[in-house]
Amino acid sequence: MPADSTLTTPLTGWHAAHGGRMVDFSGWRMPVQYTSILEEHRATREAVGLFDISHMGRLAIAGPDAAALVDRLVTRRVADLVAGRIRYGLVCNEAGGVLDDVLVYGAPGPAAVWGDHAALGVVVNAGNRAKLVAWFADHRAGFDVRIDDRTLATAMIAVQGPGAVALIDTLAGGAASELKNYRGAAADFDGHAVYISRTGYTGEDGVEILCAADDAVPIWKRLVADGAVPVGLGARDTLRLEAAMPLYGHELSETINPFEAGLGFGVTPAGDRDFIGRDALAAARAAPARTRIGLTLDGRRVAREGTPVLSDGRPAGVVTSGTFSPTLGRPIALALIDPAAAGGTLSLDVRGTALPAKACPLPFYRRTN
Amino acid sequence: MNPDTFRFTETHEWVHLSDDTPPVATVGLSAFALEALTDLVHLELPEIGQTFDAGENACEVESVKAVSEVYAPVAGEVTEVNDALLDQLETMTDLPQEDVWLFRLQTDGEGPSGLMDGAAYKKRCADEAH
Repeated sequence: MPADSTLTTPLTGWHAAHGGRMVDFSGWRMPVQYTSILEEHRATREAVGLFDISHMGRLAIAGPDAAALVDRLVTRRVADLVAGRIRYGLVCNEAGGVLDDVLVYGAPGPAAVWGDHAALGVVVNAGNRAKLVAWFADHRAGFDVRIDDRTLATAMIAVQGPGAVALIDTLAGGAASELKNYRGAAADFDGHAVYISRTGYTGEDGVEILCAADDAVPIWKRLVADGAVPVGLGARDTLRLEAAMPLYGHELSETINPFEAGLGFGVTPAGDRDFIGRDALAAARAAPARTRIGLTLDGRRVAREGTPVLSDGRPAGVVTSGTFSPTLGRPIALALIDPAAAGGTLSLDVRGTALPAKACPLPFYRRTN
Repeated sequence: MNPDTFRFTETHEWVHLSDDTPPVATVGLSAFALEALTDLVHLELPEIGQTFDAGENACEVESVKAVSEVYAPVAGEVTEVNDALLDQLETMTDLPQEDVWLFRLQTDGEGPSGLMDGAAYKKRCADEAH
């Protein structure tokens, strides 16, 4: 039984009633899979996958100093983020370690999702919601802002795959194909007031829908009825790893800086803008102590998080995420290693056996549609 | 092998003992284990001639999500392994449990201890589900 404090999304009951194998994930009761991870992964790569991502934290920042506050705390400039634009960035501490990776949304609506007059929206990882809410609160002194945690009043559903945009268009009056990548807008979805963004965490085209909590079940059921395949956290991980997208706690943490994680694009070069971690990041950009590398293995044994990486037989780093790639048909891994070791003969120490590995350009998978 | 004579471990293996003296133990995965396993990508069977103590890790079943260890329920030397399963990983979990034998151990007569019969194991699984 889940701990009493475990949170449920508006869809938790649906998952449990429809074959979802439920686990406690970052304090939320979530489905790992419904049928099979491989089947759900393939459905997303080939058709349309449907994901309950309501566990992610959704914050609305309002007031005259909203942009100034967020600009101070995120590594990308957001003060110029106009309505409809979305930017990926990192929240860092003074040492340049990553507290979370986030999406920032310009002037999002409707009010049913974001509250009244939201100047910016910030979506954070489920496991970091309390930490980020406290971080924002600790740094708001002197800023005229309202910070509204919208998480429990709302839900979030991702629809991803080659058929996703067409499916959403039929239910939202063409709203999905009107959005360019990393753009979002309020829309009417099958009679519900929602926010739709052209974003995702799978490497496929698609959208993420934010809605009021009460609208989640009818929206979800409608998408299932129209052919979207429910996908659990197991396939969510294999999909994002094939796309070489970072997962907080693995590729990112308070002791890993954005450059080591391969996310230099998420840090605006230091100009006249000040943000927390700026100076530490400027130094790190010039000389990262570690580097991210992609690896593939022969055979079928998976090298998972924590697996030591050897270069010419000597310790060179560690695997941050590893799985079996359904698309490549072989094990893949992301690792953090000593930059000087990247050119050596690489192997992975899996339960005492040194398995040969090859460096692989990232991402492992790139969509062609 | 008659599945009614199977005995079960806490870790969801079944054991069948032959009539020989000392008996040959056949070790496989229970229906409960097969139901829980999906997305198998690898099976690491032991090698013929390897010896194990009771409770030692003998074999690994790897799925996309995790590696599951299979333990030798009784001490012995590996005499046979079920190589045929290596070509059947995608359908293995649909097989009846008596078809999913993994390896055979020649025991030295020291029988397994702490095993459950079918009824006790069924009950234990039902309890675990709650």
